[in-house]
Amino acid sequence: MGDLDRVVVVGASAAGVTTAETLRREGHTAGLVLVGDEKVLPYDRPPLSKQVLAGTWEPERTALRPASAYTDHGIELRLGTPATGLDLARRKVVLSSGEEIGYDGLVIATGTTPRTLPFGHDLGGVHVLRTMDDALALRGDLLRSSSVVVVGAGFLGSEAAAAARRMGLDVTLVDPLPLPLVRQFGDRVATAIAELHEEQGVRLRMGTGVVALHGEGAVSGVELTDGSVLRADIVLVAIGAVPATDWLAGSGVPVDDGVVCDATCKAVDHVYAAGDVARWFNPRFGGLMRVEHRMNATEQGMAVARALLGAPTQFAPTPYFWTDQFDAKIQAHGVFPAEAEMVVAHGSLADRKFVAHYLVDGRVVGVLGWNMARQLLQDRHLITGLA
Amino acid sequence: MKVRVDVDACVGAGQCVLAAPDVFDQRDEDGMVVLLVEDPPAELEAATEHAALLCPALAIVVEK
Ligand SMILES: Cc1cc2nc3c(=O)[nH]c(=O)nc-3n(C[C@H](O)[C@H](O)[C@H](O)COP(=O)(O)OP(=O)(O)OC[C@H]3O[C@@H](n4cnc5c(N)ncnc54)[C@H](O)[C@@H]3O)c2cc1C
Ligand code: SF4
Repeated sequence: MGDLDRVVVVGASAAGVTTAETLRREGHTAGLVLVGDEKVLPYDRPPLSKQVLAGTWEPERTALRPASAYTDHGIELRLGTPATGLDLARRKVVLSSGEEIGYDGLVIATGTTPRTLPFGHDLGGVHVLRTMDDALALRGDLLRSSSVVVVGAGFLGSEAAAAARRMGLDVTLVDPLPLPLVRQFGDRVATAIAELHEEQGVRLRMGTGVVALHGEGAVSGVELTDGSVLRADIVLVAIGAVPATDWLAGSGVPVDDGVVCDATCKAVDHVYAAGDVARWFNPRFGGLMRVEHRMNATEQGMAVARALLGAPTQFAPTPYFWTDQFDAKIQAHGVFPAEAEMVVAHGSLADRKFVAHYLVDGRVVGVLGWNMARQLLQDRHLITGLA
Repeated sequence: MKVRVDVDACVGAGQCVLAAPDVFDQRDEDGMVVLLVEDPPAELEAATEHAALLCPALAIVVEK
């Protein structure tokens, strides 16, 4: 794309910070503005449901970079001022303050926001978990309470359930699906996760949805589809996240469950997307993909920076993520479609130390390790298409 | 160049091992990072820096 007078990055978190930093490291010398909704310095999210919720890390420890890194790199921070609009024709981003910032290159890295229930969020004690403020508010409430109901048994819900249980609370995990994380990993691994949680004293109410939250002023109970009501001092709603693209409405940037991009992460001329918000064509897996994992935010941020600097390449990563629950460290590379066949290749489920391969038509598309990191890394190359 | 690792922050992602296998390894049991050389030679500096940038836990600190 040649000479860039000013790059504006919207979204000051993992993807946005990596993009800005990579631009500087790899030769962008002109203007660089990083716009963020949150007031605090950019921080890392995975510790929020782990060390921060558990109280083992001070919030400051999650900072992505020290304050000096932004000044040293000449990255102009605009924190606490969300972008509210985009004018593609004039190449300007509009901020909540009314200020308009012109760009030659724009990076959309606004991530996702929690999906909410259609009811109950006005009650005290009802939480979502995405930001540092969310994590500290939830921890504060957990410390004062004896019971929590976690709605949604995905990564976030099951990690938070484990953290709350370790804090000594009475924890119930509710999900309409039959097992925690079943959509992500299939029956056998999900069964092992369910057993781990039950052993540790988490009550599972799988195969049940939530129809109402009870309480006056503050929440007191959760009504399930089978008519039963669970007592709850606190409710954490962890039912997924939606791309933060409201500010792009009507702008002409294609949005469909995220910012739709080509294989180089370009949405339209001069505009790229990275991180949780980006839905791009991943040539390795031959389809549009949106990845809500930490590693992708870094890798895609780097790729977008290079594209802006005039060296676009196809972004074809193998997705990677991890989750920590009780003493289980589960890591996975690749994709885990529902139709994949799962084979334990090393160790055993019973020992809770294994590597499993996920196959589609006899080809490995994903590898998952449970407390077996080294072996997992060795098996990563088996994923089809990997060099 | 000097390298430090914060095992406490490491999540065992192994990205460092993929990026710079001569500088980083992982513990067998839990995948925690093991630093093989504290002052990598010049030819490994680029790979080491790349590993630090990729590490999702910001557990690798490089000082020049
Ligand atoms: C509690 C929690 C635990 C997690 N644990 C793991 C884990 O164990 N492993 C893993 O792989 N992944 C994990 N993840 C996912 C990982 O954190 C995300 O993939 C990563 O944060 C994505 O980075 P991002 O920069 O794309 O988006 P985000 O981190 O969502 O950042 C987007 C930023 O943009 C800002 N923003 C939004 N709209 C606007 C606007 N209009 N203007 C300006 N700024 C805006 C937001 O305020 C936010 O700061 C976890 C996520 C959460 C919430
Ligand atoms: S990349 Fe970072 S988190 Fe992963 S093993 Fe290496 S040091 Fe640990």
